[in-house]
Amino acid sequence: MNPSVAWRYGRPALVLLLAGLAVGVPLWLVAVTSAKPQAEAIKPNLDLPQHWQPGGNYADAVSQGEMLRGFFNSLLVVVPSVALVLLLGAGAAWVFARRKSKLVSSAYALCISGLLLPPAVITIVMELRQLGLANTRPGMIAVYTGMYLSTSIFFMTGFIRAIPLELEEAARMDGATPSRIFWRIVLPLLRPVIATATIMVMLYAWSDIFYAFFVLGGGEQATLPLNLYQVASAQLYLNNWHLVFAYVVVMSLPMVAVFLVGQRKIVSGITSGAVK
Amino acid sequence: MAHTVVRTKPTPVSGPPKKVGRLPRAAVHHPWWFALPAIVVFAGFFLVPNLLNFYYPFTNWSSYHADIAFTGLDNFKTIADDGSLLRAIRTTLLYALLAALFQNCFGLGLALLLEADSRFNRFFRAVFFLPVLISALATGYVFQALLDQDGAVNSVLGTDIPWLGSTTWTLVVVTLIHGWKWMGLSMLIYLAGLKGIPGDMLEAARMDGAGPWRTFWSVRWPMLAPAVTFNVTTALIGSMNTFDIVQATTGGGPAAATEVFNIYMFRIFGQGLYAQASAMSLVLFLVVVAVAIPLVVGLRRREQLL
Repeated sequence: MNPSVAWRYGRPALVLLLAGLAVGVPLWLVAVTSAKPQAEAIKPNLDLPQHWQPGGNYADAVSQGEMLRGFFNSLLVVVPSVALVLLLGAGAAWVFARRKSKLVSSAYALCISGLLLPPAVITIVMELRQLGLANTRPGMIAVYTGMYLSTSIFFMTGFIRAIPLELEEAARMDGATPSRIFWRIVLPLLRPVIATATIMVMLYAWSDIFYAFFVLGGGEQATLPLNLYQVASAQLYLNNWHLVFAYVVVMSLPMVAVFLVGQRKIVSGITSGAVK
Repeated sequence: MAHTVVRTKPTPVSGPPKKVGRLPRAAVHHPWWFALPAIVVFAGFFLVPNLLNFYYPFTNWSSYHADIAFTGLDNFKTIADDGSLLRAIRTTLLYALLAALFQNCFGLGLALLLEADSRFNRFFRAVFFLPVLISALATGYVFQALLDQDGAVNSVLGTDIPWLGSTTWTLVVVTLIHGWKWMGLSMLIYLAGLKGIPGDMLEAARMDGAGPWRTFWSVRWPMLAPAVTFNVTTALIGSMNTFDIVQATTGGGPAAATEVFNIYMFRIFGQGLYAQASAMSLVLFLVVVAVAIPLVVGLRRREQLL
């Protein structure tokens, strides 16, 4: 058999094998364990549940793990953060892309420094305490916005530079003000990059636990990942793998849904922004 | 010669002369205040904390004192003397290196495997992207259940290996998990890079009698340089900031063998030693800068050479 024939039949087989082992097995474990009664889930394995009780586990995760509250807490932090990152980022990117001066380019360089630099999480806590924003949602939103603005500014500036200036000039001839040009022309043109930035920022903020630990802490405002952490930390004494995995499923589904809806745009956005 | 040309009348070079009392055109058409909110939020909640981080490590800020006093290098001495400073630097750098290596190898491998645009490949690209969508914390718990000594992998293999309990190998296992979590993102970017290679270039290589192996190393790999730059930079920098996967799988153990910067900061902050945590945070900042700048410069230069 010559190599190209082997590749032709071997490649799909290899893909199937890899997908099964690397992605299938972990997801299978999550799915079956989240449907098992506690006694079967103490030692997590790949066996099918002898007794199916997914409904009961998910209901327990809701009642014991405060899942609904966590879900809304997450939404209340993530949605405003994403909106602010996109809106403020687009405004700044527009100015940075269109104006040319030393001041503008140094402001741009400063604003994208967050792509590389780590956020100083400890002193963020200090600052938020002094501003009276510690353990509050506005504080968390401000921190997320500050952290992810660099990403959106970077991608959007690159994108706007590629949009011909004539579009704006034509509108200006018709007497449009800068605000009108921004809302009616620039923002709509940014749609592809907005789709990508939305999913990336949403993904990071939705899964974040490190910064949420410091800024929100546990308690009333705890987001889904914080709740999952609490449920899983109790794991040691309670052996509640079945609840942990019910939680994992519920936490992951929104992101999978968002991805499936916007798949094509997201993929093209991620790739066009990265390789220039 | 250009220099000998004498202009009889100096003509204004840059457009019409400015009228008195009017803003320059750029300021009218793209006013600063569009950028201002972003600059204010970014400065207020990103830059200011990073500046404060150059002061508080030199104080005794903690939950044990009501006031904050300047104490010089005490905190740095403490973390240097108890060995946590060097250990955190070494663990984090090793973690970042291995995680970036695994993430990029997996990503590039998958991209080459799924390069052709068939329905089969598009479906499996989405499958391999799934781990990116699952939160890192959840990923960590999934792998804890898999790799626990009582876990699924040992029960399938019939072995009794402490995957997450070795002071030498657990770091490698955790970085493999990190690579698994993010391989889908690298894959997409490598796929875009591969798609950007002109078809006639590959055709030419084929005509010259280059096999797939030769074509890869002589044509495709050099043409992938921008994708490599992006992937390696984001993977290295991102994984120095890692927390979730480590916390969920090992919590920094065994015997602090996987205690990266953020795990240490989280633990010490929990003990109320804020200034000490801040000192570690400053070291992380400096390490990231020391790695990032040569890395970006070097990889950009490599792109131009290839």
